[in-house]
Amino acid sequence: MGVAEKIRFIQRDSLIGKRIVKMDAPEKIEGKTRYIHDISLPGQLHGKILRSARVHARIKSIDVSAARALPGVHAVITAADVPDQRPIGVARDHLPLKSDKVRSQRDEIAAVAADSEEIANQALKLIKVEYEDLPILSDPRDALKRGAVLIHPEPHGADGSDEHLKKGAPVAFTGKPDNIAMRFDYAHGDVAQGEAESDVVIEDTFQLHYVTHCCMGVSGIIAEFDASGNLLMYSNTQVPFLHKREFADYLNMDPARIRIIQPPIGGGFGSKLDIYPFEVICVFLARAAKRPVKLLFTREEEFLASPTRQPVLLTLRSGCKKDGTLTFRQVNTLHDNGAYTSWGATTPFVMMQTFSSLYRVPHCDYHTVAVYTNNPYAGSFRGYGNLQATFAIEQHMDMLAEAIGMDPFDFRLKNAQEAGEVTGQGMSFKSCGFKECLNTVAIRSEYQNKRKANQARQKAPGVIKRGIGMASMLHVGGGAKIYPSDGCGTILKLDDFANVTLITGASEIGQGSETVLSQLVCEELGLPMSALTVVNNDTAITPWDVGVHASRTTFIAGNSAIGAAKKAKVKILAAAAKKFECPEADLDLRGGWVIKAATGEALIDLPRLLRSLHFTDKAELVMTTFYYEPPSVHQDKAYKGDVSAAYAWATQAVEVEVDTETGIVRMLKVTCAHDVGRVLNRLGIEGQIEGGVVMGQGYALTENLMIENGVMKNPNFRDYKLVTAPEIPEMDISFIESMDGEGPQGAKGVGEAPAICIAAATANAIYNATGVRMYGLPFTPERIYRALHGKSEKPSWKPL
Amino acid sequence: MSLMHDIAFTLNGVKRGATVRVDMSALDMLREVVGLTGTKYGCGEGECGACTIQVDGLSINSCLMFAVDCHGREVVTIEGLADDPASGRAAALRDAFVEHGAVQCGFCTPGMMMQASHLLDKHPHADEAGIKRGIEGNICRCTGYKKIVDAIVDVSKQERGA
Repeated sequence: MGVAEKIRFIQRDSLIGKRIVKMDAPEKIEGKTRYIHDISLPGQLHGKILRSARVHARIKSIDVSAARALPGVHAVITAADVPDQRPIGVARDHLPLKSDKVRSQRDEIAAVAADSEEIANQALKLIKVEYEDLPILSDPRDALKRGAVLIHPEPHGADGSDEHLKKGAPVAFTGKPDNIAMRFDYAHGDVAQGEAESDVVIEDTFQLHYVTHCCMGVSGIIAEFDASGNLLMYSNTQVPFLHKREFADYLNMDPARIRIIQPPIGGGFGSKLDIYPFEVICVFLARAAKRPVKLLFTREEEFLASPTRQPVLLTLRSGCKKDGTLTFRQVNTLHDNGAYTSWGATTPFVMMQTFSSLYRVPHCDYHTVAVYTNNPYAGSFRGYGNLQATFAIEQHMDMLAEAIGMDPFDFRLKNAQEAGEVTGQGMSFKSCGFKECLNTVAIRSEYQNKRKANQARQKAPGVIKRGIGMASMLHVGGGAKIYPSDGCGTILKLDDFANVTLITGASEIGQGSETVLSQLVCEELGLPMSALTVVNNDTAITPWDVGVHASRTTFIAGNSAIGAAKKAKVKILAAAAKKFECPEADLDLRGGWVIKAATGEALIDLPRLLRSLHFTDKAELVMTTFYYEPPSVHQDKAYKGDVSAAYAWATQAVEVEVDTETGIVRMLKVTCAHDVGRVLNRLGIEGQIEGGVVMGQGYALTENLMIENGVMKNPNFRDYKLVTAPEIPEMDISFIESMDGEGPQGAKGVGEAPAICIAAATANAIYNATGVRMYGLPFTPERIYRALHGKSEKPSWKPL
Repeated sequence: MSLMHDIAFTLNGVKRGATVRVDMSALDMLREVVGLTGTKYGCGEGECGACTIQVDGLSINSCLMFAVDCHGREVVTIEGLADDPASGRAAALRDAFVEHGAVQCGFCTPGMMMQASHLLDKHPHADEAGIKRGIEGNICRCTGYKKIVDAIVDVSKQERGA
């Protein structure tokens, strides 16, 4: 000190687009991360749920006396013990503990809190339930028939009123004299006119199956009440602030008395957007036992009692002119709602965007009905209906192209959306890299040459046939305004060592949000990643956020984090400008220093400047808050409006090998191009794409939740086949950077996109290899073999 | 009334005893009796690999092994693999998993690490296809496996000086 310091210059260095390692990876690799399964509270009891032994039956009696008498049992509850329980779920059609009847195999009848899991399980076996069986509705087509037995004959209001029906989703018919849970009707243009203008019209029915999330960490919750009656939940929810409010409603509590802590989560994928009976039941148990209660599923229970992807019957009628112009599209879908209504019933919101707006379609209408059955009920799952919609739409694109003798790639390119267009549904595409996605994939996969060569070899000798197929997708990439707000709050705190605590409403579910949000803050403040600590898991600390869904977190929480960082930067530069007696515009932050913007000359290191700020008589701390609300709008009553601030695009080409003797389909290569706006964390975004592609592969080839007469036949990983490492395809991933004007550093959402196209592209590839069109999923060897031998089961149903 | 049994074994290099129910799995013993939670329950029937540990140098689904069968054996869990400074491989695998982005939700990761370390013990010259086969019994729902395979291939190459 005292000696003149050497002048330092700091070069500009950006973190954007770099491969940034995940902040929580070291903990997870060493097994040190404490998931909900790993947490034990002092005095904690173990909760277990007795589920129905029947699919559809009246409950005649429940006898819990022997269970209550078992040593080590602290509480046994049935519906009779919680007369105040309220209906839960999207349509408020679901009582956590069933009193009158059971409507599906998963239904909750009683619950136990005991000293150990063993005792709790023992107690469940001592509960006696008498049933009177009712007819089972396991096919949505039957459930729709006039005179079908009603699954929800009575409205569920605790006081007999139908007040609860007024809340929740748009059109819920619970308590009506049919099994319809929800319906949507959408139209733009005039399909009759579109059909009249068509040279070619085709119609087909597609059938989409049951799959489920299979998060590696099973569902769980810990609930406890403190001495003042405040409820603390350790929960895996993806929407903590919505849940806080909903729990308050279900439990008739002041929301201020509910706090949710989110430990790291073993997989989400949309499965944790709704409140499920086990969560409410665990709170009831904690209340009854006056002790903390932890309730974890077994894997079998995870299969039986978790939401599924929505199974759909879909009839699509499409037309085009000889020159390849799309004329109209008419869609009818029948959704198997299962026994209760969760988010699955609302997937038409997303499906209709694909029908109406993936390509330019002047005339489109879409009618859908979700019908109650005695099957498992469908929730939200990565892609939210878009896998189902894209499966049909993108096969029809190939079929229409073939009907007019046009190359399927050229046909898509001709009808693809471009930046600046506003669709019939009112979606406004400000950035749109769709055509670049198409071109990139066509070139990199050699789509056109391979397609022709494969087609020419269809009839050639040889058991193994090769095929290539293409599909594209459109999905929200800038949030989705389905709640009153689609925003996210950030609190940023800089300490006197220039360490930053980023307190965000956004939830981390393994996708890497805390890393990418930190990266955006560091980019603004010129700090290394090591300066960041993220707090994102406690409703008592973090600001509000609508939740981790709709591929929104990077976009929404990213913009929010940048907003808070910009405010912090203004404060810091103002202080530095005062100190160095120069305009603020002459200064910048880089490498942990205040620098001269023009030369990069380092003036003062940030810790020293920050300390000088608050160790003065006019002390100040650098703490900022920001709330970002995207400039999107709610849909009107006709489902029209620009619901997202940006839209994501992708094209994927799948190459397969079909063994015509065994029906085995091997996925060889997937070539993807994704319009992601801009790559922020290259490592993270590659991980999202690869994981999504393989999840799509499972949907297309192996995963199938088999439900027979309401009974799940394969609730385990042996019989529910997930993709394993040797089966994954080679992946060639390109990023199209359309630099969205509203996106954080130009980025758009990507979380759901990569899973959406795979099944459709695979169907097109199988057709290219064999000349056989597949209408149902998954493409198991048996289904393929049958189809190759003329035994294709063509799904059918008669739209209402 | 459960029947209890006393066992003695070596856990992560330290000799110890435990009193366990005879019907208890090694997984439950590790998590509930010993209190090491790095080994995960994924399915309880040997299908997912999240509970992989090493017993006398073999890779084992701890959910399928009785706790009493640990008696007299050398058991290594993710905590032992992580703490072992002598093993350059564990450190190399850790670094490779971080650098390659092989972790998302992380729930399968400890089992994946145990299997990867065992795989390289037994097959130091495994190529990419061999490595994929070697982790076939470990399910990951997030990553699509690509980056996990890349990480293990990288360590294998480093070890062979390739």
